[in-house]
Amino acid sequence: MMPAKPRLVRVLDRTAASATITIDGDVVQAFAGESVLVAVLAHTTRLRTHEVDGAPRAGFCLMGACQDCWVWLADGHRIRACTTRVVDGMAVLTGPPAGPADA
Amino acid sequence: MHSTVIVGAGPAGMAAAVVLARAGEHPIIVDEAEQPGGQVWRKPAAPLQPALARILGRAAAAEHEQAHAEFASIAASVDHRPRHLAWNLQGGELFVIEHRRIRPLRYGALLLATGATDRLLPVPGWTLPGVFSLGGAQTLLKDQGALIGRRVVFAGASPLLYLAALQYKAMGATVVAVLDTTALPEKLRATPALAAAAPRVLARGLSYMARLRAGGVAIFHGVTALGIEGQDYAERVRFRCSRGAEHDLAVDAVALGFGLRAETQLLDLAGVPLAFDVDFRQWLPIVDGDGRAAPGLYAAGDGCTIGGAAAAAISGRLAAYAILADRGVAVPATEVAMLRARLARLRAFQRALSRAFAWPAHWLADARDDTVLCRCENVTVGVVRAAVAAPLGPREVNRAKALTRCGMGRCQARFCGLATAELMAHALAAPVATMGRHRSQAPVKPIPLDATLVDEDTP
Ligand SMILES: Cc1cc2nc3c(=O)[nH]c(=O)nc-3n(C[C@H](O)[C@H](O)[C@H](O)COP(=O)(O)OP(=O)(O)OC[C@H]3O[C@@H](n4cnc5c(N)ncnc54)[C@H](O)[C@@H]3O)c2cc1C
Ligand code: FES
Repeated sequence: MMPAKPRLVRVLDRTAASATITIDGDVVQAFAGESVLVAVLAHTTRLRTHEVDGAPRAGFCLMGACQDCWVWLADGHRIRACTTRVVDGMAVLTGPPAGPADA
Repeated sequence: MHSTVIVGAGPAGMAAAVVLARAGEHPIIVDEAEQPGGQVWRKPAAPLQPALARILGRAAAAEHEQAHAEFASIAASVDHRPRHLAWNLQGGELFVIEHRRIRPLRYGALLLATGATDRLLPVPGWTLPGVFSLGGAQTLLKDQGALIGRRVVFAGASPLLYLAALQYKAMGATVVAVLDTTALPEKLRATPALAAAAPRVLARGLSYMARLRAGGVAIFHGVTALGIEGQDYAERVRFRCSRGAEHDLAVDAVALGFGLRAETQLLDLAGVPLAFDVDFRQWLPIVDGDGRAAPGLYAAGDGCTIGGAAAAAISGRLAAYAILADRGVAVPATEVAMLRARLARLRAFQRALSRAFAWPAHWLADARDDTVLCRCENVTVGVVRAAVAAPLGPREVNRAKALTRCGMGRCQARFCGLATAELMAHALAAPVATMGRHRSQAPVKPIPLDATLVDEDTP
C-alpha cells in the first residue's frame, strides 16, 4: 500500500528562516515560528497512535485544549505539538522513545 | 502583592488592561499563548507573518490591527506574560507555570478572561486524522498560515461555519460543502430578534452565506445522520439532507463545530457557583452585570457568558471599571451606562443566535453505540449507555466518569462533558441540568511533572 500523503497545506509563503528537525528519524525542513503539529502533519498523516485502540490521531482542537496532539522528543520529554514551536535540531517522535531495555 | 492580575489576553483581557492602565494601574496579564489577541484577534507567530489582510479581508484585518495597536500603546504600564499558563487558583493565590517554573501570584483583584473553545458533539469518525475543530481550522490559518486540507467540509451548528469556509476559500481550498445541522425555519424564526439586537452583525453573517453561494459552494441546512469515514484519515463525509436524501462527499479534511463552550475551570476552582443556562445549554458562572463573581474576583468575555468578540471587549472594560469602583476610584458613570446598554444588546443577539444555531443535543438520543464519546479515554456512547442502564447506574456525570472513565482524560471533559450529560439525560428521560457537570481539577491543563516551584519575585 502507498503511504498516505499528508493533507495539511502551508498556503502562505514562508519568509521565516527554516528549521531542520527530524520526525521519527526523517530529516524535515520546517520554518521558525511553526508549530510542531504543522511540521509533522505537513510531512505525514498522524501525530501519534491512541494508547487504547492503537488508532492514528492527529490532534483536534489546534489550540491547546483537547490534549490529543502530545508527541515525544528523543530525550523522552513530551510536548503538546499544537502549541510548541519547532526549534532547529528538534528530534520528534510519534511514539514513545525506546526504553533502555530495548535500546 | 500585585494590584490586579488578568488571566487571558483575548479581547476581554486586553480591553480590561487598557482601562486599568489608563487609570494609572499596572496590571499583570498572563496568557498561555505566545501573542496577545485571544481566539478572534490571534496573531501569527512573529517569524511567519502570514499576510492577515489576505486571510481575513481588509476590514477585519484593520479591526485586528487596531485592537493590537491599542494594546501595544499601553505596553509600558502592563506586565504582559506570554507562555504563562494559570493552572490553579487556591487560597487567594493564582499558580502560573512558564517553562517548568511554577510561580504563585498574589493579587488584590483577579480578572478571569479565559474565553471559550469549540463545543463538540460526537459523530462517527470524528477521531480520524483530518477531522479538526472548526475554531482550530481558523486558528491554524491565522496562527500558522496553513489549511487543514485541500478539500474541506465545514459541518456543525455555528455562524462561524460560514466565516471559516469563506476564509478557506479565499486561501485556495476547495470548500466541498457547508453542512449546517440547524434547519432554515429555525434560523428564520430567530431573524427578527437578531435584526433587533444587532442588524449590522446579522447583515454581515447573511453576506457570508451569499458570497459562498455566489462562489458555487453547496450549503445544506437541516443536515442529519452526519458521519465521517476513512481508513486512516478522513476520506468521506456522509449525511442526510433536509429532503431525506443520503449524500456522500469525497474530502480530505473536515472542520466540525457546534458553537462555543466557556472555559470556566478557574472560576470553578475558586468556588464561584455555576448555573445551567438553557439557551447556551452549558454551565456558566453566576456574576453580576459588570462581572463581579466574588470579593476580589471578576470574570469577563466568553469565559463568563458566550457573547462574541465585541461583547467580550465591552465586558472586559466593565469588569475593569468594577475593579476600580470597588477600590473607591471614581469611574465615568455615563460611559459605564452606555457600555452596559451595548453589552445587553450584544448578549441578546448571542442568545438569539444560540437558538438559530442550536446544537443538536437530541442527536445523542439515537447516537450509534460504537461512536467514540470521550476522545481522551476512547470511551464509546454504548459504554456510557450500558452503565446508565445498569441497576444502580450513574445518575450524574462525575459518577459516570468514575465508572466508565468517560471524561477522565487530559482534556478534563472539555470535549465530551456536555455531550455526556445530554446522552445520560436522554437515557434516563431526565432534564439535562440534573446530570450535573464535571468538577474542575487542578491543574486545569496538564503541566510537566518535573516543574519546580519558585518564589513570586524570582525573575
Ligand atoms: C477558534 C475560535 C475562533 C473564533 N473566531 C471568531 C471570529 O472570527 N469572530 C468572532 O466574533 N468570534 C469568534 N470566536 C468567538 C470568540 O471566542 C470570541 O469572540 C472572543 O475571542 C472572546 O474573547 P475573550 O477575550 O472572551 O476570549 P478569547 O479570545 O478566547 O481569549 C482567551 C485567552 O485566554 C487564554 N487563557 C485561557 N485560559 C488560560 C489559562 N488557564 N492560563 C493562561 N491563559 C489562558 C487563552 O490562551 C486566550 O488567549 C472564535 C472562537 C474560537 C474558539
Ligand atoms: S490539538 Fe488539541 S491540544 Fe493540541
